[in-house]
Amino acid sequence: MLKVEDVHVYYGAIHAIKGISLEVPQGQIVTLIGANGAGKTSTLNTICGLIKPKSGRITFEGKDITGMATPEIVKMGLTQVPEGRRIFANMPVYENLELGAFLNKNKKEVAEAMENVYTRFPRLRERKNQLAGSLSGGEQQMLAMGRALMSKPRLLLLDEPSMGLSPILVKEIFSIIKELNEQGTTILLVEQNAKMALSIAHRGYVVETGRIVLAGDAKELLESPEVKRAYLGG
Amino acid sequence: MLSQQLLNGITLGATYALIALGYTMVYGIIQLINFAHGEIYMVGAFVGVLMVSVFQQGLLVSLVAAMLACMIMGVTIERIAYRPLRRSTRLAPLISAIGVSIFLQTLMTKIKGPQPVAFPPVINDALYKLGPVEISKVQIIILIVASLLMAGLHFIVKYVKIGKAMRAASEDYDTAALMGINVNRVISFTFAIGSALAAAGGVLVGIYFNSVSPFMGVLAGLKAFCAAVLGGIGSIPGAMLGGLFLGVAETLGVAGGFDLYKDAIAFTLLIIVLLFRPTGLLGRPIQRKV
Repeated sequence: MLKVEDVHVYYGAIHAIKGISLEVPQGQIVTLIGANGAGKTSTLNTICGLIKPKSGRITFEGKDITGMATPEIVKMGLTQVPEGRRIFANMPVYENLELGAFLNKNKKEVAEAMENVYTRFPRLRERKNQLAGSLSGGEQQMLAMGRALMSKPRLLLLDEPSMGLSPILVKEIFSIIKELNEQGTTILLVEQNAKMALSIAHRGYVVETGRIVLAGDAKELLESPEVKRAYLGG
Repeated sequence: MLSQQLLNGITLGATYALIALGYTMVYGIIQLINFAHGEIYMVGAFVGVLMVSVFQQGLLVSLVAAMLACMIMGVTIERIAYRPLRRSTRLAPLISAIGVSIFLQTLMTKIKGPQPVAFPPVINDALYKLGPVEISKVQIIILIVASLLMAGLHFIVKYVKIGKAMRAASEDYDTAALMGINVNRVISFTFAIGSALAAAGGVLVGIYFNSVSPFMGVLAGLKAFCAAVLGGIGSIPGAMLGGLFLGVAETLGVAGGFDLYKDAIAFTLLIIVLLFRPTGLLGRPIQRKV
């Protein structure tokens, strides 16, 4: 569904991504794990068109989307839940959700999508008129995910959804991710929490300093001695 | 006496507010102080003069024409002078803005000469007595037009889709793009609206003071900028409040005998307010992202 081929990204003189290639097959959860500064977020932002790669090719459902403007990519059904949630803090919850469906002009469909989000995240319904900035961390993560779901994406990119959340909330968020996938959304998940990510993913890639150093079946990666030593503390 | 001065101050303040809105909206989205904004106001006033004197149009048509002309000008300036510098240092577009400002002043001086011209008669002014205060027809028009425009702006920003996109982009540029918002279009729209408001201000002030000159945008722009900062730059209600506050303070200052310091009042106030509230009256506390 998504194919990234030999992508290089520079920030000025810094070579941040040194030839990353990866593939996300339809219907799967693929995870990208690695330490801080490895280039995970840069990879996602390059896929979304927020950063222009120096070279390489990105295709989504067979179409070349390399260097395309972000709104165009979103229109094709690819949405990102950004790192740190990045909700619109000074807007109420319902307006955040409305913005998630910005490209949909059909008011009825938007209302339906919002109803679906409220059903999935009842806390958001309770707080729909509250400013998003006043929500707790877990609620903000739910809002960020709900907002992304408003556009009914076929491929959802999630950037560190577990960041700053308590273990119990992390569990909840991951079970929601799994549920979304089972209902048909393909997912590319970036995580530092390697164990959690690999436990729900089908495939995994390990990123280190801008390169993929390991790739394979998620279960195998979970058992592999390199991953265990570097990321699982064992 | 006091109520009369208050009324005069509110009228003046309404025009400051119209200009201040453009500064604050543009800053809210691209963190640029658009130093050419005062010149857009000046060009708006000249378009008004042109419509009344050459095309023999009434106030409403002239006002709308000035607003439309400046919309196009504002959008064009952004495309030519600011957009190519979007990803460069913050200083570059600022210098570019100063360049545009000088260019427009000089161009207008070349076309119309440096002397102020009178605004051709477009309405028969009259004075009405309202209890202790006297209000002129021009003042009534300024207050009505300014209120309508600000109410319209409030409606767009609050309820219309592009207005919501504007608020989203001013909070978080990249995330707005992730929602599918075409941020470039939102920026163009912001410049269009801000410039139209400034043009309306230019025409109204031209009529009020019966004087239009290529340099009228310098001080008015600077004061409106003060009003925007005073209210909290980036905040739309802040710009409205800042403008009114400044207009009233200036008028009361002059009435209180400080007429020689008329232009210093705005800047003194700015310093005092910023000392106690660095983010302005309605500005949000600065949030540092971790």
